[in-house]
Amino acid sequence: MSLLVLTGCSGQLSTLDPSGPAAASIARLWWVMLAGSMVLFVLVMGLFALAWLRPGFGSSVPPQRWVLLGGLALPAVVLIPLVGYGLAAGERLLPLPFMTPPRIEVQAERWRWTFRYPDQGGLATEGVLHLPAGTPVDIVVSSRDVIHSLWIPRLAGKIDVIPGRINTLRLQADAPGRYQGQCAEFCGQEHTRMRFDVVVHAQADYAAALSAVAPRPESKQ
Amino acid sequence: MNAPAEPPPPRSALRLHRELSAIWGSGTGWQRLASVNHSVIGRRIMATAFFFFIVAGLLGMLTRVQLATPKGMFMDAGTYNQVFTMHGAMMLFLFAIPMLEGVAVYLLPKMLGARDFAFPRLTAYSYWCYLFGASILLGSLLLGVAPDGGWFMYTPLSSNTYTPGVNADVWLLGVTFVEISALSFAVEIVVSILKMRAPGMSLERMPIFGWYMLVTALMMLVAFPPLILASILLELERAFGLPFFDPTRGGDALLWQHLFWLFGHPDVYIIFLPMAGVLSTLIPVFARRELVGYTMIVVAIVAMAFLSFGIWVHHMFTVGIPHLALAFFSAGSAIVAVPTAVQMFAWLATLAHGKPRWELPMLYIFGFFFVFVLGGLTGVMLAIVPFDWQAHDSYFVVAHLHYVVAGAFAFPLLAALYYWLPLLTGRSASPRLAVPAFWLIFVGFNLTFFVMHLTGLLGMPRRIYGYHEHDGWTALNLLSSVGAFVMTIGFGLLVIDLLVQLRYGRRSRRDPWRATTLEWAMPLPPPAYNFASIPHIDTHGDRMAPGHVAPALARGEGYLGFTRHGWQETLGVHMTSGVPDQVIVLPRPTYLPLILALSTAAAVLGFLFKAYLLSAAAAGIVAALFVYGAMGSGLKRDHGPLPIGHGLSVPPHTEVVGALPWWALVFALVADATLFTSLVFGTLYLWIAAPAWPASMPPPDLGLAVGAVVALAVAAFAARRSLHALRAEAAPQRWMALAALALFGCIAAVLTLIGALLPHPQEHALGATASVLLGYIAAHAGIGLLFLLSNLLRLRGGWVSARRCTDLRLTRLWLDYSAVSGAIAIGLVLALPSLVAMLGARS
Repeated sequence: MSLLVLTGCSGQLSTLDPSGPAAASIARLWWVMLAGSMVLFVLVMGLFALAWLRPGFGSSVPPQRWVLLGGLALPAVVLIPLVGYGLAAGERLLPLPFMTPPRIEVQAERWRWTFRYPDQGGLATEGVLHLPAGTPVDIVVSSRDVIHSLWIPRLAGKIDVIPGRINTLRLQADAPGRYQGQCAEFCGQEHTRMRFDVVVHAQADYAAALSAVAPRPESKQ
Repeated sequence: MNAPAEPPPPRSALRLHRELSAIWGSGTGWQRLASVNHSVIGRRIMATAFFFFIVAGLLGMLTRVQLATPKGMFMDAGTYNQVFTMHGAMMLFLFAIPMLEGVAVYLLPKMLGARDFAFPRLTAYSYWCYLFGASILLGSLLLGVAPDGGWFMYTPLSSNTYTPGVNADVWLLGVTFVEISALSFAVEIVVSILKMRAPGMSLERMPIFGWYMLVTALMMLVAFPPLILASILLELERAFGLPFFDPTRGGDALLWQHLFWLFGHPDVYIIFLPMAGVLSTLIPVFARRELVGYTMIVVAIVAMAFLSFGIWVHHMFTVGIPHLALAFFSAGSAIVAVPTAVQMFAWLATLAHGKPRWELPMLYIFGFFFVFVLGGLTGVMLAIVPFDWQAHDSYFVVAHLHYVVAGAFAFPLLAALYYWLPLLTGRSASPRLAVPAFWLIFVGFNLTFFVMHLTGLLGMPRRIYGYHEHDGWTALNLLSSVGAFVMTIGFGLLVIDLLVQLRYGRRSRRDPWRATTLEWAMPLPPPAYNFASIPHIDTHGDRMAPGHVAPALARGEGYLGFTRHGWQETLGVHMTSGVPDQVIVLPRPTYLPLILALSTAAAVLGFLFKAYLLSAAAAGIVAALFVYGAMGSGLKRDHGPLPIGHGLSVPPHTEVVGALPWWALVFALVADATLFTSLVFGTLYLWIAAPAWPASMPPPDLGLAVGAVVALAVAAFAARRSLHALRAEAAPQRWMALAALALFGCIAAVLTLIGALLPHPQEHALGATASVLLGYIAAHAGIGLLFLLSNLLRLRGGWVSARRCTDLRLTRLWLDYSAVSGAIAIGLVLALPSLVAMLGARS
């Protein structure tokens, strides 16, 4: 599996090459579901093939039992644990209120991203999101025009950016480096170009690195 | 004067055929435009839908050309956005939904043992509406002003500010036009299935396809109204500035998404169920064994229908709804796999217990199993919330939805095409081109879309017109594009195959598949009247031997095996038991549906070009034509019971309580009530969730509000008294005048209320929703006036009598509904100030 990740699944926007706990947990979920799906697919198509190759093969099982086993028992066995697991995994990824990590305020606008860092003296950057490594951050998103969606595939799932509303996504980057983010909700003509860079700094360097690149908010006005 | 007590003795099959053909035949040349026959209209719908499938398919191909290489320069951003939007919108609204309607219109009467659909003129009108609405969309594409906001038209991107041109209006008006035609088809399908089966075909003997279509049509009645409402609201916002979706003026962008997916999710099942019905019909024929689990399947599809309305939020997992609420919708989305699995295993069990013949349609059924199972499995994955956070709006979803719609719709549809080709054309299919075409389509499809799962997981979002080499998506996209070309070649071969067979195919013998349903108990291709006489069903409708019953039916040995007064006669039965209860006399060919649809199109186009006066005038003509069209329908005198053969006599449809128009109005009101419920939901949703709401609202004039409700109650009461008077052979006109007066009063009161609304409807969503609630009342009162006008004209013309009183019963039902819904609407408007005060101001 890791070989597969290295060869086919890498890429700066790959959800299968996770670099944070949220993306890693979802990637794990995907591999488990993929394996389960392959079993189910082979089962159904195998039954279909048997009907073709060995006519009458299923007559030993009464018709009603076919439907009960395949239509009720099988989905129950598969779906109940899966939905339960999915909910538990989702719950762990939520921005729950018992901890208050640093906030970064994101404003989306056709077709650019502005990031403000209230914990860093109100610094702001445009088109580049700076994150500290190894610690959770709350990304608080709002829109100035239409609906956008913020998506950094290697770090976490996406969150919609909706005018008139404020949404929060909690994410964490494991290691310093460069990542990519993009708008995932169609937002008009240049939706395609609405990308941004993500630069993750070691925690110790974060404040210095940020003030080196970000103009003071006053100078921007 | 009266019809003969006993029908004339049976004649030769050929003479009967000539007599019936003279009555039922559509004209030639230009007269074809007047045809209202279900076989003709059904073929037209299917041909038109297939044309739009080709157009939409070519648009899809254009996107694959653009994305085949990084930084594709084939189209600019604006063109690409129109192309992908129209690909989706056309496939769904102009191909899939009309195609299933066409299949239903063409097949149902034949399968259920009727000579035509319930409302032939409405069938024709709905077809023309579809054709004209679709043409508006196609025209916009040719002019380069097509919708470009994605086929689900999210607000506020689709609002005036961000889509100032005509593009979004084209979508809203064109699609609504087509949707309203779909709603009338749905009403017709329900009424035809429930009332127009062969005698003896009780509901539990109905062919399984009938059940599937019944559930589908009922779902359509409840699923389309939310979208129609949403489109009306958005068009009101765009045209007149009423801010339902504008967060700066108290609207909410997510209201659109809720209403859209409240339609959009059930719509997937609306597309799937008819084709599942096809599979449940075909698989037993080819397995040479009756379907396993008929009852369980009926239960499963009803369950599926209910579940499908409870899971729309799974399209909205990333909008920031609380996780606990998502959990509910996630579980619901997973549970919907159960009724699907029940059907899959019923089909597998039918095959496993039978002695399958592997003929041409079975190839496509194999394709269905392969593709649909994969689509279903990825569907379960997407139902798991955290996975959806990653996969949503990526190419994974594009792959998933194509696997689902191709599996659920395209492959079964092609199986159906080859299966029913002899019925459509009278010629039998040959495998020489059909088999290679299948493999090209199958391999091409899987190549195109299977790799898209991975493209999506590698981070490619949908609806982008280009990407970089270093994104790592280049090889996968090229593979998808190659696959798309292979698939296109396959479809090209399929079209050639169809043309060749149409021209040179061998004449098919009767009942070529040794089928088990009634549509094969007729000559190929079928005559305009379907059955020379209508069979009595004493076994299950799925276990017939059509080859055996056909000759006797052709000799006129069933019911109505004769002609009378040159009427187009068919039988109506009791809904559940299938006991005949009326002779239905159907209308002759007429240009009225075409003229009516042209006027409707004029109203829509007028609105599109902001020529509101012209639009209103055309709408007035539409209303007048509806009243005029009702004038000559029915019978001009009382006939009493008419013999139908086999010693039975039943009254004509004009003289029974359960006449078709009555049931049509009942089901139309179900749709209407759904629209109203969505409107109430929308109002309450904005009240709870929308930003920028004030602290208080000045109360509307209580006297006027109460007056409007009282006026509606008076109108409903007067309609009741007028029906009483008619039945007692007294003059109902005075009561009808009172009802009309009350309706005028109601309209005046409601319009005054709208005029005085604060906040002004253009300033805040609060005023806007209140004005729509009030407008709903005015519209119903106005239509009530049309009912009364039609009643008066028909009374004067002698079309209504104490025994033929359906007209007045319809008016009574309409005004009852108007009074109840009006009282609720006024109640909500009166409650708004205290509701607003309860939550207080919010920014």
